[in-house]
Amino acid sequence: MKDFAIIGSEARSTTEAFGKALLELADQHPEVCALSADLAGSVKVTIMQKKYPERVFDVGIAEQNMISMAAGLALGGLVPFAATFSVFASLRDLDQIHTDVCYQNANVKMLGSHGGTSFSQAGSTHHALEDIAALRGMANLTIICPADYIETQLATKAVYEKFGPMYIRINRGTDYDVYNTYDYGFTIGKAVRMTEGNDFTVIACGSMVYQALIAAESLKKKGINLRVVNMHTIKPIDKEEILSAMKETGGIITAEDHNVIGALGSAVAEVIAENGGVKHFKRLGVPDEFSIIGARKDILAHYEIDAAGIEKNVLEILGK
Amino acid sequence: MSLTKEQWITLEKKASSLRRKTAEVCVWAKGAHIGGAYSSADVLTALYYYVMNFSKDNYLDEDRDRLIISKGHAGVITAPILADLGIVDESLLPTYNHTGSPFGVHLDKRKVPGLEASTGSLGHGLSIGLGLAMAARLRDKKYFTYVLLGDGECDEGSVWEAAMSISHFKVTNLITIVDRNQCMIDGRTEDVMGLEPFADKWRAFGFEVVEVDGHNINEIVTALENAKANKTDKPICILLNTFKGEGVGFMRDNYKWHYGTLDEAQLAEAFRDLEAYEKVRIARAEKEGK
Repeated sequence: MKDFAIIGSEARSTTEAFGKALLELADQHPEVCALSADLAGSVKVTIMQKKYPERVFDVGIAEQNMISMAAGLALGGLVPFAATFSVFASLRDLDQIHTDVCYQNANVKMLGSHGGTSFSQAGSTHHALEDIAALRGMANLTIICPADYIETQLATKAVYEKFGPMYIRINRGTDYDVYNTYDYGFTIGKAVRMTEGNDFTVIACGSMVYQALIAAESLKKKGINLRVVNMHTIKPIDKEEILSAMKETGGIITAEDHNVIGALGSAVAEVIAENGGVKHFKRLGVPDEFSIIGARKDILAHYEIDAAGIEKNVLEILGK
Repeated sequence: MSLTKEQWITLEKKASSLRRKTAEVCVWAKGAHIGGAYSSADVLTALYYYVMNFSKDNYLDEDRDRLIISKGHAGVITAPILADLGIVDESLLPTYNHTGSPFGVHLDKRKVPGLEASTGSLGHGLSIGLGLAMAARLRDKKYFTYVLLGDGECDEGSVWEAAMSISHFKVTNLITIVDRNQCMIDGRTEDVMGLEPFADKWRAFGFEVVEVDGHNINEIVTALENAKANKTDKPICILLNTFKGEGVGFMRDNYKWHYGTLDEAQLAEAFRDLEAYEKVRIARAEKEGK
C-alpha cells in the first residue's frame, strides 16, 4: 500500500471540505462567485457567504434559474460555483446544463452534494443514482467524484484552474479519509493507484474507494493482492490506467454509489470492450432500480458496495 | 428621449432592409422562423442600430451592452443584422442551414461572432441575462443587458424563476423585452396556453410594465431609453404588442407562419408587400416625427 493511502481513518464532511476550499478560492480570486438553490447551508456555500455576501446568490428553490444565471455570470467574466444536491443539480436543470453551460462551453463549476444514496433515509427523491449517467453524454463537461475530504478540496481548486464546465459530485455526511497528504499529485483525468496488486483490480470512485481499500487489506490476509484504483475523474476517463489493469491483473470490478447504468462502470466497460475485453468484469452499484431507504451502511451492504460486498465479489470471481 | 424625424426615418429604412434580407436568407436556408423574425424586426433595429453600445469596433469589449435573444429561433434575422454591422461575414449568409455553415436555425455563439448566447431551448435567456447583469454589478461595469423573449416562451416556468430573481435582487441594469405577437407553433397563445392577464403577471412579479406598439420604432426607442434612465429599484419589462409576420400580408398575424419556406412567387409577393409597407411606415415617421 502506498504511503499516502490510509484506512481506519477519521471521517470528515466533504461539503465542509468544499465550502472551505471555495472560501480560499474566493479570498484569492475576486471573480469567484457562488450560487445555491435554498441549500446554501447544506452545501456549505454559507462559509463563503458569511465573508462575501454580495458574491453569493441564493436563488431560492429554482435550479433552472440557478444554472442559466451561472452561465450568464460566466459569460460576464466571473467564475461561478453552483451548488445544490446532486439529484437536483443534475436533473432539475439538465436542459440548462446542456444548452447554457456545455454547448456554450461556459466556465461554470457545478457541485452536487448528497450524491448516490448518501442521503440514505431520505429516499429515492433525494438519492442521486442517475446524475453521472445524465451528465456523462454532455460534450465539454468534466465529471469528478472525489474520494474524501482532501480530494474534494483538491478537486474544488483544480476545477477553478481549468477553464470549462465541470461537475463535482460529493456526499452528504462524512467520508473516511483515504489520503494523509495533499501532495499525491491530484490531476483531473488521471486516476490514482491506491494499492499495487496484480491479482485483481477494483476501480472505484467516491465513498467506494475507502471501502475497496478495506477490502484490499482483508484480501491481502487471504493471499490476494488487490489493485485499488481511485477513478476520481469519470469523464474524461483515464484509459491508460484501465488498460494497465486489463493487461496486468486478473480482472476488474467497478464500485460506485450510482445506478450501474451509465456512470463509472459503464465508462470502464466501454474502454474494456473497445480494447479486446477481459475475462472477468463486473459492475457493482445499485442495480437498475430505485434504491432502498435506510441507514447508509445498510444500503451499501445491501448493494454490495461496502468492503464486505466488494471482497465477496472478488472472491467469487476468483473462485475462492 | 424620442428620435428626431431623420433618425426615425433612417431606422425605418434599416428595419425594412433587414426584413428583405431575412426573406432572402429564408430562401437560401430553405425555410426559417420568418414570422417571429418579422415581429421582432423593429425592436432589433432599435437595439442594434440606436440604443445599444454595440458595434463592429467594440463587440468584444467588456463594456459593450449585451442583448440575449432568448427567442433563439430569431436567428434568421440576427445573422443578417450581425453581417450588416460588419461583424460576421456577409458572404456566408447564402450558406445558412447548409451542411458545414456557421449558421443554422438556432445560432451557435461559438460560431457566430457578436452573438452573446446560444439560445433555442426556450425559457433560458432571461436567467442568462440576469447572470450578465449581476456580473456587471459585481465587476462595477456600466453595460446594460437586454433580453428579448417571445410570448409563447413565457409558458416556461423558468422564465418566472428568472423574473422572481430579477425583482428580488433589484436588477435594473437588465431590461426585459417581450415580443407579444400572440402566436406560437400550435396556434394563438390564448388558444394554446393563455397568458392573459399577461402584463399583470409581470407586475405581480415586481416589474414596472411598459406596453408599446412593437412596430413603432420611435415608441420602442423611447421606452428603452426611459428604461435605461430608470432610477427606481424596480426592474422594467417592455411588452411589445406586435404581429407575427409584420410587413407581409399573407404572413401577418398568422400563426402558421411561425416557420415557413418561400417559393419564388411568395418571395416576389413578400418583396412587393415590404416595399408598400416601408412607404406606409416612412409616411408615419414623416407625419409624427419631430
